[in-house]
Amino acid sequence: MAPQYLDTEDKFDDEDIDFSDLKEQYDVRLEEGLDAFVVVDGLPSVTEAIKPKLVKVLLKKLSEVGRTNADAIFMPLNDETKKTEGYAFVEYETPEQALAACKKLNGFALDRAHTIYINKLTDIERFGREGRIDETYHAPEVEPFVEQEHLRSWLSDPNCRDQFCLYRGDMVGVFWNKKKDQPESAVDRSHWTESFVQWSPLGTFLTSIHQLGVQLWGGPSWKRIMRFYHPYVNLIDFSPDEKYLVTWSNKPISVVEGNPTLGPEEEGKQFLIWDIKTGTLLRSFAAIETSDAQPEEQKGDKAAPVKRKIHWPIFKWSADSKYVARVRPGQSIDVYETPEMGLLDKKAIRIDGVVDFDWAPAIPTVGGKKTPEQMLCYWTPEMGNQTARVSLMNIPSKTIARQRNLVNVIDARLHWQNEGKYLCVKVDRHAKTNKKATSTNLEFFRVAEKDIPVEVVEIKEMVVNFAWEPKGDRFVLITAGEPVAGAAVQTPKTSVSFYCPEKIKTGVGKFRLIRTYEKRNSNAIYWSPKGRFVVVATVHSQQGADLEFYDFDFEGERKQSEKDLTANLQLMGTADHYGVTDVDWDPTGRYVVSSVSMWKHMMENGYHIWDFKGTSLLEEHVDRFKQFLWRPRPPTMLSKEEQKEIRKRLREYSKVFDEEDLYEAESANKEVIDKRKRQLDEWLAWREKVEKQLREERAKEGLPEDSREETWAGEEEGDTVIEEIREEVISEHEEEVV
Amino acid sequence: MRPILLQGHERSITQIKYNRDGDLLFSTAKDHVVCAWYSVNGERLGTYQGHQGALWTVDVNPTTTLLATGAADNTIRLWEVKTGRCLKTWDFPTAVKRVEFSDDGTLLLGVTEMRMGYLGTVVVFPINPDIEATQAAEPLFTITMSGSKATVAAWSYLNKYIITGHEDGSVGQYDGKSGELIQDVQAHEPDFLITDLQMAPDRTYFITASKDKTAKILSVDNLKVLKTYVTDTPLNTATITAKKDFVILGGGQEARDVTTTSSRQGKFEARFYHKIFESEIGRVKGHFGPLNTVACHPKGVGYASGGEDGYVRVHHFDKPYFDFMFEVEKMASAQRQLQ
Repeated sequence: MAPQYLDTEDKFDDEDIDFSDLKEQYDVRLEEGLDAFVVVDGLPSVTEAIKPKLVKVLLKKLSEVGRTNADAIFMPLNDETKKTEGYAFVEYETPEQALAACKKLNGFALDRAHTIYINKLTDIERFGREGRIDETYHAPEVEPFVEQEHLRSWLSDPNCRDQFCLYRGDMVGVFWNKKKDQPESAVDRSHWTESFVQWSPLGTFLTSIHQLGVQLWGGPSWKRIMRFYHPYVNLIDFSPDEKYLVTWSNKPISVVEGNPTLGPEEEGKQFLIWDIKTGTLLRSFAAIETSDAQPEEQKGDKAAPVKRKIHWPIFKWSADSKYVARVRPGQSIDVYETPEMGLLDKKAIRIDGVVDFDWAPAIPTVGGKKTPEQMLCYWTPEMGNQTARVSLMNIPSKTIARQRNLVNVIDARLHWQNEGKYLCVKVDRHAKTNKKATSTNLEFFRVAEKDIPVEVVEIKEMVVNFAWEPKGDRFVLITAGEPVAGAAVQTPKTSVSFYCPEKIKTGVGKFRLIRTYEKRNSNAIYWSPKGRFVVVATVHSQQGADLEFYDFDFEGERKQSEKDLTANLQLMGTADHYGVTDVDWDPTGRYVVSSVSMWKHMMENGYHIWDFKGTSLLEEHVDRFKQFLWRPRPPTMLSKEEQKEIRKRLREYSKVFDEEDLYEAESANKEVIDKRKRQLDEWLAWREKVEKQLREERAKEGLPEDSREETWAGEEEGDTVIEEIREEVISEHEEEVV
Repeated sequence: MRPILLQGHERSITQIKYNRDGDLLFSTAKDHVVCAWYSVNGERLGTYQGHQGALWTVDVNPTTTLLATGAADNTIRLWEVKTGRCLKTWDFPTAVKRVEFSDDGTLLLGVTEMRMGYLGTVVVFPINPDIEATQAAEPLFTITMSGSKATVAAWSYLNKYIITGHEDGSVGQYDGKSGELIQDVQAHEPDFLITDLQMAPDRTYFITASKDKTAKILSVDNLKVLKTYVTDTPLNTATITAKKDFVILGGGQEARDVTTTSSRQGKFEARFYHKIFESEIGRVKGHFGPLNTVACHPKGVGYASGGEDGYVRVHHFDKPYFDFMFEVEKMASAQRQLQ
């Protein structure tokens, strides 16, 4: 018998197969040549005599975006009326120009009565073809209202516990902090993210990063709230009010035609700014090509991508999220207004040589009065005759609020206090006498005071780290000495200095040094989000891994020499966490978590929870631990009076809390004890059964009850004598034999 | 509890055994020599010389007259403990990874390696307790492992079963008289080697250590997993302590990876877990390589550990060790006294 397949081959017929779906997919589009054509609609209907004039006007407008000429504008005449029909076909030199015309000139008002509409000819063909447009109007269907989950449900926890996110191995989980006990899981999913996770600034959303884009999750069921399509996204940033999202990818976007979110104008862009609520793309931006990248590219292998350090975020948000800005190094600061995402006053703020800028993190109050204007600060280096400068600018009025000239500047860093009351500009500069040595000046702008006075604190050494007290006016800084030549240790020793203002009758006094601790390895400062407490740590260092917990308002005796200071500094505790890479305060300032992430090194990954004074609460070793993130809390909704009232009655409240804690500890203890009791009983019962069985079986074989007993019998009663002979050299003599 | 450091071996320790009285300690290492020590002070009693390859295993019979050793020179040797005389040599086609006397000293099992086309086996020899007698040349029976090879094996109470631990993480139960397979269970994670298997003093249950970072206690009769001890490092060895209800686990990072990280990371500590509550009680530091073997004094007064670093550390427990009790245990013992 012939094999089966021969039969089928005979019957096979091309004609029977429906190729229409494949045809549609792979059919060659023949309209390619028409890509450079656009259709202009909404023109006035004119007689032939006036037509050249209209063409001229139109041509002038159309030439703004591309090259075309009068011959390429075809405006057909109606045979009956001898007038133009009000539309025209225009051919541009390239399809790109045609596209630009559609984008930029569509909706342009030619005069009061006529607004022109420009579309690609191919689009008209595609969408406007006979039968594609339904002649009758159908009202769009209104989707039924779906009740949304409360996105801030975690705040209504009866015990007001905080949540944190743990990313380890392939698992991402959100847990409730249970202090000394094992955290309680709220949700735990595998492969929830592909690179990292991030909370939104007010804690509403958990963000997961994927190869195809970003997803936001939230609510009690942890369902997906929104997703944003951005292939190969690397980093993200939220606006402070969680309205907008910036995504950035190292790879410029290459748009596949027919993508619903990313149009052709997104081609080659690297930054996308989204509206979080609607999920719509507001605007896309290309990366700024920095001039210093050019020579590097020529030097290195062309194939290898140039790795540049980027300082994230690049797009910085103003405190009220009304503006987002980025710096075009050396040229300008581009400020965009939300949500239209247009440039403020339609032009960039031109500042020659600008290096860096930062928004005030809160609306600053100048001279006690609340100014509705946002403020940003930028600095420019020395250029020609112009000295280096730090300037404060009001936005949107673009007026300079304060400017200060500086000399011998190497670099400057801007540090805002989180309420926007102070700005510290850390200026690294050449020492006056020795050109090689560097020193640091701290220039304090008292933004909240009238005319913004500036105070200068000179530091002899290089300041490597600086941090303001949140909601306060004190700060900590770490200085590093010059590296000792030929020393085995690479990193020089550091000193930690604590500063606070002097006590004066009204206002804030001059900043004064409280104390300096020298010969440390510390390199990081972590303030409690509520101020007062600070952790000074040595992170990601070979030299050590210590954490030091300081209190700025110690309630004990204070040193005589520090009597006129507004702080009483006290070291509350020190701790050691081997290989620590990250430190994070919880949003209430009660707990500190130090963690060791496998992203930095593979040794002893895990996290420790401490309380604010450095007592260890929980130590967890987690295999392949990656991230620990406290869930941020939105600002309190209680008024100042209500907060004051609570503070006053804190003792009463804390009594209740203590009792709750005690109860919980007891019940937890009871659970453990019960479990152990059960385990012990089970074990003993099993042993009894087995021993009985063994005795019986031994008896059957005629053996004594326990084989061991016979060997040890008698031995137990008397003490065993162990004879040990030790030889010792008591003394050594050397005698000379004559 | 200052340990006694026994520096008699030149290469990594492979197994340690106390004799039944607990006064002697036998250790084998990869350096071809067996050492006998006084457990009380760490003085070396003597050595047993003759093996031509790395030694993998040692056991002493209940009366401390005979010593059996297995080595990479494909032999099991039987020695007179007192004199160090080699009484018998059994030859095999492959290395011997484990030997053990039965509880009454009349049987000896040996585990041979699967290599060079030979399947892994467990052989059982009859042992004549008389030193001067000639020992049987041929085994009573041989169990051939057709599946995953056995890495370790032990006798149950009354020589009823032979329990085997396998390369694929399974545990097998064989008849002690005929060598027939009764059952096997996948006690540990598949494809994680079982590295050690030690019986409780009365041989009714045993502990297994595995590279899957856990140790488990199983019942001899039905191979039911009774307890699981979870650690953060691959385990090489585990033992059950006498007197106190603890287990001692040892392990550490793979020897070949040790040089790439600090000793802190290596986790070369002996870990004490509560046998019944499965919770960790404490750790003993000291070795600077992974622990290959731990053994508990039969009276529970001390323990010894041998490491990849070539040292044997003998520890004697202090009073607090014996006093330590969980609240639940204290309550239970108080109740027993009342009754």
